[in-house]
Amino acid sequence: MLELYGTKLASRLLLGTAQYPSPAILADAVKASCASAVTVSLRREMAGGRGGEKFWSLIQSLRLHVLPNTAGCHSVKEAVTTAKMAREIFGTNWIKLEVIGNHDTLQPDVFGLVEAARILCEDGFAVFPYTTDDLVVAERLLEAGCRVLMPWCAPIGSALGPVNVTALRSMRGHFPEVPLIVDAGLGRPSHAALVMELGFDAVLLNTAVARAADPVGMARAFGKAVDAGREAYRSGLLEPRDVAVPSTPTIGQAVLQ
Amino acid sequence: MRVLVKGAGVAGLTAAFELAARGAVVTIAEIRHGLGGNASWMAGGMLAPWCERESAEQPVLDLGHDAADWWDAVLPGHVTRAGTLVLAMSRDAGELNRFASRTSGHRWIDEDEIALLEPDLAGRFRRGLFFPGEAHLDPRRAMAALHEKLAGSGVEFHFGADAQYMTGFDREIDCAGMASRDDRLRGVRGEMLILHAPDISLSRPVRLLHPRLPLYLAPRADHHFMAGATMIESLSTGQVTARSMMELLNAAYSVHPAFGEATIVETGVGVRPAFPDNLPRVESHGRTVAINGLYRHGFLLAPAMARWAAELVFDSDKPVELADETDGQRRSA
Repeated sequence: MLELYGTKLASRLLLGTAQYPSPAILADAVKASCASAVTVSLRREMAGGRGGEKFWSLIQSLRLHVLPNTAGCHSVKEAVTTAKMAREIFGTNWIKLEVIGNHDTLQPDVFGLVEAARILCEDGFAVFPYTTDDLVVAERLLEAGCRVLMPWCAPIGSALGPVNVTALRSMRGHFPEVPLIVDAGLGRPSHAALVMELGFDAVLLNTAVARAADPVGMARAFGKAVDAGREAYRSGLLEPRDVAVPSTPTIGQAVLQ
Repeated sequence: MRVLVKGAGVAGLTAAFELAARGAVVTIAEIRHGLGGNASWMAGGMLAPWCERESAEQPVLDLGHDAADWWDAVLPGHVTRAGTLVLAMSRDAGELNRFASRTSGHRWIDEDEIALLEPDLAGRFRRGLFFPGEAHLDPRRAMAALHEKLAGSGVEFHFGADAQYMTGFDREIDCAGMASRDDRLRGVRGEMLILHAPDISLSRPVRLLHPRLPLYLAPRADHHFMAGATMIESLSTGQVTARSMMELLNAAYSVHPAFGEATIVETGVGVRPAFPDNLPRVESHGRTVAINGLYRHGFLLAPAMARWAAELVFDSDKPVELADETDGQRRSA
């Protein structure tokens, strides 16, 4: 079972809660996906928490683990302040740490990310850093106290799917013991299955479900894909080869005529 | 029959009209001191059910598709039937395809046709979507005109009045929006700007698609434009934030750089009342009929809601439970 900062999660899918047509559809989609945790953006969706109690109580009624995020923060100071507010409002020390380096591409500012991660880890937060697939940055985040890493596989909301499978594979190889969650860039259930087949521990996504024509159906599809990818990884996948291998050997068969 | 309508937003005004048209003696109590300040006052005034279907569910289209006819019949001259133009920056071209696949009632148009429809946008966009069946109005002018029309036909208005002290009515229609004590309601904050851009003319609302913040520019009289609107899960009516203002202005500037020279005439914040499924409801509780949850579709859905409510009042035997119907449609959608 997946364990993040000492908490066991039944499902390897984490869902974002933004951009759904309505809270009712959000709730149905989360149920259909069997997700174990949801992310909530204090800043972008809830005006910094002012007057958003109703939305928060809708999220609470889902009875799942809540991973607040610092979406929309562009500096270490903003991210740290937002994390502290989130801890108070949502009553959890979990924080998905985003420090955005570019307003347009929403690329993480990895320098600010490491700095903010160090401050928050020292303050007792369980930090889930949204990072790139860079191995050195990953090492710095672990040194800063992170026990989970969340690399992107493509820019946020791009729906491109894994654009650098080699980098993801090498990240998995370098950090065999660290829970790795692919966060951002997934567009299709097959993308989720692919990264799970690579041995990633979980996926986190939002746009691909929230902006689907039928978010509930798409949530269910992602739930199945994550399970399928995980089971395939555990079952041992065949390595591809260049030549055909007959599934029924012909040499050495008994001749019965 | 004497009917008290609580609230003079678009729900209350349209309900008063439908009730008075059926012969009710109508009084409107509004807690504010005038027509301004509520969510309706900050509305875009787009009668655009086909565009809204991109994110809204089917009942919004079903209930809203004849809204333009209603407003045109009640307030002749207020409705402009010039359609809606939907555009995207070239790097967000995929958003247009997505929008097209989620909606109906549109056709693709190229650069030349965009220039024919909106000469000021000539050469700025390679292609777009045109929704010819849509319309728009100026919400503030429409509310003022409807107020005048109702007052002229004998509807009594009490501004700055607390309805709980008003008695002697056979029925009450609760159109108080967020002020209604309904636990299911939540507020969705919307921020808007009114810009005065003398260098630009637009004949119809223009929507600029963007993966994060879709914006619309609704033309008002004399080169004024409403730029809106954000969607934030909050009850807060505090001032527009710098971030929201920057994003709205950025988007307006992307539609046409001349918006950079516009003056900001007004910034506004409204809180839209919404139920968890973002669909409206008309419900009857004893002598009270409540219209609520119009969310971002006040001018679009109020006429249909007003008719439902008036039918409930005048034909109480007929079980009209819109909540159940929309719920059924949602499940089957």
